Amino acid sequence: MKQNGILKDIAQALLQGLWFVFLLFPLLVMKVSVVGGVASVTFRWNNIPLVFVAAVGGSLLWRWALRWNEQKGARDPENSLGVRIQNGVSAFLKQNRLARVVLPLFFIGALLAYPLISGMYHTNVMISALIYVMLALGLNIVVGLGGLLNLGYAAFFAVGAYTYGLLWKHTGPWLAQVGIDPSWLFWISLPLAGFVALLFGVLLSLPVLRLRGDYLAIITLAFGEIFRMVLQNSGDITGGATGISLIPRPWFFGIQLTPHMAAIYIYYITLSLVVFTIFVVRRIENSRVGRALEAMREDEIACEAMGIDLVKNKLITFALGAFWAGVAGVLLAAQTTYINPDSFTLWESIMVLMAVVIGGTGSIPGVIAGTLVLKLLPEYFRALAQYRMLLYGVAMIIVILFKSDGLIPRRRTEYRLEQEGSTSPEGHL
Amino acid sequence: MEYFLKLLLSGTTKGSIYALIALGYTMVYGVIQLINFAHGEIYMIGGFTALIFGGFLYSMGLPAPVVLLISVILAIVYAASFGFTIERIAYRPLRNKPRLSALISAIGISIVLQNFVLLAQTEKYLAYPSYLPDLPFLQPVKQYINATQFIILIVTALIMVFLTMLIKYTRIGKAMRATAQDKDMAQLVGVNINQVISITFIIGSSLAAIGGVLICSYMGQINYYIGFIAGIKAFVAAVLGGIGSIPGAVLGSFVLGWTESFGTGYLSSDYEDAFALLILILILTVKPEGLLGKNQKQKV
Repeated sequence: MKQNGILKDIAQALLQGLWFVFLLFPLLVMKVSVVGGVASVTFRWNNIPLVFVAAVGGSLLWRWALRWNEQKGARDPENSLGVRIQNGVSAFLKQNRLARVVLPLFFIGALLAYPLISGMYHTNVMISALIYVMLALGLNIVVGLGGLLNLGYAAFFAVGAYTYGLLWKHTGPWLAQVGIDPSWLFWISLPLAGFVALLFGVLLSLPVLRLRGDYLAIITLAFGEIFRMVLQNSGDITGGATGISLIPRPWFFGIQLTPHMAAIYIYYITLSLVVFTIFVVRRIENSRVGRALEAMREDEIACEAMGIDLVKNKLITFALGAFWAGVAGVLLAAQTTYINPDSFTLWESIMVLMAVVIGGTGSIPGVIAGTLVLKLLPEYFRALAQYRMLLYGVAMIIVILFKSDGLIPRRRTEYRLEQEGSTSPEGHL
Repeated sequence: MEYFLKLLLSGTTKGSIYALIALGYTMVYGVIQLINFAHGEIYMIGGFTALIFGGFLYSMGLPAPVVLLISVILAIVYAASFGFTIERIAYRPLRNKPRLSALISAIGISIVLQNFVLLAQTEKYLAYPSYLPDLPFLQPVKQYINATQFIILIVTALIMVFLTMLIKYTRIGKAMRATAQDKDMAQLVGVNINQVISITFIIGSSLAAIGGVLICSYMGQINYYIGFIAGIKAFVAAVLGGIGSIPGAVLGSFVLGWTESFGTGYLSSDYEDAFALLILILILTVKPEGLLGKNQKQKV
């Protein structure tokens, strides 16, 4: 019986292999080139066996994965690999006091020493990864907590970067004339950009309050793209497509830092802001507002019936998400010292969204892990660079199909009623 | 006046181009309430397939009309196969999951297809040879409308009539309407909804392929990225007319085409793509159900 099933699986996989050979034949085997208005085709026959083998293997894996997915309901969620590892680690930490002290210390030490040990290149890579962690944590408030899909998130990132850039562009020369170091502006921009972005978030959310789900995603996408076009086309204010260059690095007691020292300095600023973000986001998650947002994500109508103000909630969601993007934008401007509209395309928004989805929507460790994986892997696997987007897309589909809660799923706070001497089952509130 | 007429005609052509893609969008949305983000990519693949087979057949020495016919048929076959496969792989397993999951999966498919074509073919813009015939009877009005524009208009009109008939008067059309209204109930009365959804994807993708060939011939170029902005605009058109409604998609496409054409003609050409998005924002805030759409009540 069982053997029969396997044979059937293989037969089906072979059929699907043939189907994919047929499907991908024109695009993968034939290669078109157009010279002087006449198209000609060259054949790459050696791709056929490749496609066939990959499709048969993929099909078998897929079948197995779908079956595994279907049985997920039957399995004990407490027994899955991820949860077991998490439980194992926490049990180990509980028992081993020394490890409980040493491990976090080692971790913190590694984070602090990273820019000192590694070179400037790696420090810069890490800084941009950390900036993305901030972005992703901010988007996680909108998507993970509020359940509102925002595809125009890069616009808030741009608002932050341009707040700093424009502030410098329009007041910097004057400040320098008066004798004040314009790199001071970084520290002014940091909170300012957050609040400007927050304002934009509120403005954006006003017209979209009535919308939900996919309409919301599309309208935010439209906002993001329009914002970028405005940046690109209002050249006299924003510098147009060429953007703003020579933005000063942050002020450090008036000392002119070498690029390497400046990178280390920005690394520490970014790291502390990321830690601050994590702290705030955690506090939000467990607050009254956070609970209300989660209720809204689960069911808008039921949530409204419980007396939660949906309009206020949506405003808060967008504003909070936008704030962090604005702050991250200032860091980006300070790190690269150069900004232009091309850094804030829709793909930027989608990249952040991918990080959130792959890592685990709503889960702070998941989002951080997802971002680090997405931003750091391509840096260290240069050979795969051209396949990067393809692999991201595939990863996104696979995660959403088979593990829709992400690589490190969110763990909900559980409350257990413990009644002494009673035999009643454990209550989950 | 002449300038106005020119803008009107170019807007009409644009509108019928958007309509060809928007029809597929609206059909899929009407049946399974999914924004098929990958629809624009199917259209791009249709265009590429026709280019590839057209180039191959032309180099074999076949005459242009035969090349056109065979390459369009093959483009339709391949686009339909892609649509069918995508639905099976990425959308069917998510049918009973939250709608955002399917949307994210659709974005993933869109990224995968774009980058697949980028890697398998080329990242450069390719000139698109047109095999469409020249129509001599258009000679007197040729400063307003050329043969390609004329063919696009006719094909769009024919397809719209065909689709309306299909949905209204055939068995499969009835099954589609039933599936759109209530999937569970449709299944109870014996509609094979898997089959219906597959067929919807096949028809929608075929339309996208026809659109791809015509539009690329009109624009004269193709690139792996053309599907994205075309898809967004077609979606705007579909929403504008009321998503899920076939006459709505066509009406919305024409309104969008005219707005873009007059907007760029009289206001500013820097913001061509922004007009579509501005209209989208306006419509969604003022009348989310679209021009011809029905207002749907939210139920718990």
